Amino acid sequence: MNDAIIQINSPLLTIERLSIAYEPGKYAVQDVNAGIKKNSITAIMGPSGCGKSTLLRAINRMHELYPNTEVVGKIFLDNENIFEISAIELRRKIGMVFQRPNPFPTMSIYDNVIAGYKLNGKKLKRSVKDEIVEKSLKEVALWEEVKDALFKRGTFLSGGQQQRLCVARALAYKPEIILMDEPTSALDPIATTKIEDLLVELKKDYTIILVTHNMSQAARISDYSMFMYLGELIEYGKTKNIFSNPVDKRTEAYLTGKFG
Amino acid sequence: MNAEKVTKYILTFAAIIIVVIAGGMAFSLFGGAVPAFKEFGIKFIFSSEWNPTEGRESYGALPFIAGTLITSMLALIICFPLAFSTSLFLGEYFKGKKIAGILGTLVDLLAGIPSIVYGLWGFYVLKPLFVNIGINEHGLGIFTASLVLAIMIIPYATSLSNEIISMVPDELKEAAYSLGATRREVITTIVMPTASSGVIASYVLSLGRALGETMAVTMLIGNANIIPKGLFGMGNTMASVIANQFGEADGLKLSSLIAIGLLLFLITALVNFLGKLIMKRIY
Ligand SMILES: Nc1ncnc2c1ncn2[C@@H]1O[C@H](COP(=O)(O)OP(=O)(O)OP(=O)(O)O)[C@@H](O)[C@H]1O
Ligand SMILES: [Mg+2]
Repeated sequence: MNDAIIQINSPLLTIERLSIAYEPGKYAVQDVNAGIKKNSITAIMGPSGCGKSTLLRAINRMHELYPNTEVVGKIFLDNENIFEISAIELRRKIGMVFQRPNPFPTMSIYDNVIAGYKLNGKKLKRSVKDEIVEKSLKEVALWEEVKDALFKRGTFLSGGQQQRLCVARALAYKPEIILMDEPTSALDPIATTKIEDLLVELKKDYTIILVTHNMSQAARISDYSMFMYLGELIEYGKTKNIFSNPVDKRTEAYLTGKFG
Repeated sequence: MNAEKVTKYILTFAAIIIVVIAGGMAFSLFGGAVPAFKEFGIKFIFSSEWNPTEGRESYGALPFIAGTLITSMLALIICFPLAFSTSLFLGEYFKGKKIAGILGTLVDLLAGIPSIVYGLWGFYVLKPLFVNIGINEHGLGIFTASLVLAIMIIPYATSLSNEIISMVPDELKEAAYSLGATRREVITTIVMPTASSGVIASYVLSLGRALGETMAVTMLIGNANIIPKGLFGMGNTMASVIANQFGEADGLKLSSLIAIGLLLFLITALVNFLGKLIMKRIY
């Protein structure tokens, strides 16, 4: 056993020998093994191009949007191999928030929150929809700010508000896991702090996997951290251990700003 | 003077020339149309008489306005399903694929074929076909012209709306996929609403193109100066009547033709302006 990689007890999600190639033979992610702890924030760090987004997007099978990708290995959620269930079902259990806020420009704030239901053609009673919208917007601390503008377009909000709206949209379907790919890199420091506080709040109910370039962000809010390099998972452990006492020399070099 | 300034002057000069040419054209069209409007007044637009007999000369533009609007709208209706599915094919389903590249090039190639070639094809292929099927005895008329017109604007409408559809940001589509949407749901709920005003604008601009199309229509519409009697009747368009008659026209008849030209200019300008306006509102 590799002592740079921590073993998670009774993980919610288990990544097993996962490799991903965009072109045959050229692996962007190589042989990754990791468990993800429930109700925690797991940060994925590493220099640009090391495969963070690729790994993250495999977890809800977004890589399948690129038709030539090749995947080896397994990912288990609730003891089910995610590659053996329908991608549609999977994506309702695993929500995603993107780097740049991307509310749907043709929809109101209200419709953005329930977009998951709309997209899937689910008809809900008005009262049920109202409830979901209010609850989701409250969860992301946006309710007070937008409750009088629910039927205005989401694109008129500030960047930070838009991003919280996108988190609300991901939460509305009650996913088990939320994947986030550098969700604050397009935001100013104040909006960033709000999102970080929000994530810490959300982990009571959700499990969060967060790709970040911002080491202090990972140190501040994550419970576990992964360090990837050239497609491999180099080190994985409790965040405070990784930051205070990294096992691998490459992790140490990255954390002290020597590359990346 | 430095090079920066010289460039600026040359460009400004060129821009002014364009404005002068456009203004001059509108002015001389207007000037040429004055006698006709003086003689017939506003009735010129609503009269369907076209009588060049000396002494009893009377001209009205209604049959041509009707012919132009009917053929263009019909062409647009015929063009829509084909152009729309092709643009979805190119801009969404097979975006960036080799097959889309080949098809896209073919579509652009079609757009480059001169109008007269479409006219010839219509005349020597469609017309006999329609006669054989028994649609009407001569194979010419509104429907024949509209069909060829539709084929002519399909490439234009396709490549405009393809561009709009492929401009829908990937991040929006990914957001929808990440919410568990299927491809069809992404297209109907995200791609279409986002692209809708641009797609509408594409068709309005294509309509603008159909309105002024002359050569092929002249060869196929039958050139009867009457308000078309039904889908397979003969008719004439504003552009065709001008092309057919300007050579032997003078006096009041020439002025009437110029007046028709002015009306066509105004209708086309309005439609194009509308298209641009819708286009502007998109992103
Ligand atoms: N759609 C794609 N097609 C082909 N290659 C890709 C694609 N996406 C990513 N790659 C390649 O896969 C490797 C990993 O990319 P990935 O986006 O996962 O890195 P990352 O760690 O998220 O980088 P960054 O920090 O810059 O976002 C890179 O070499 C990249 O060039
Ligand atoms: Mg990335």
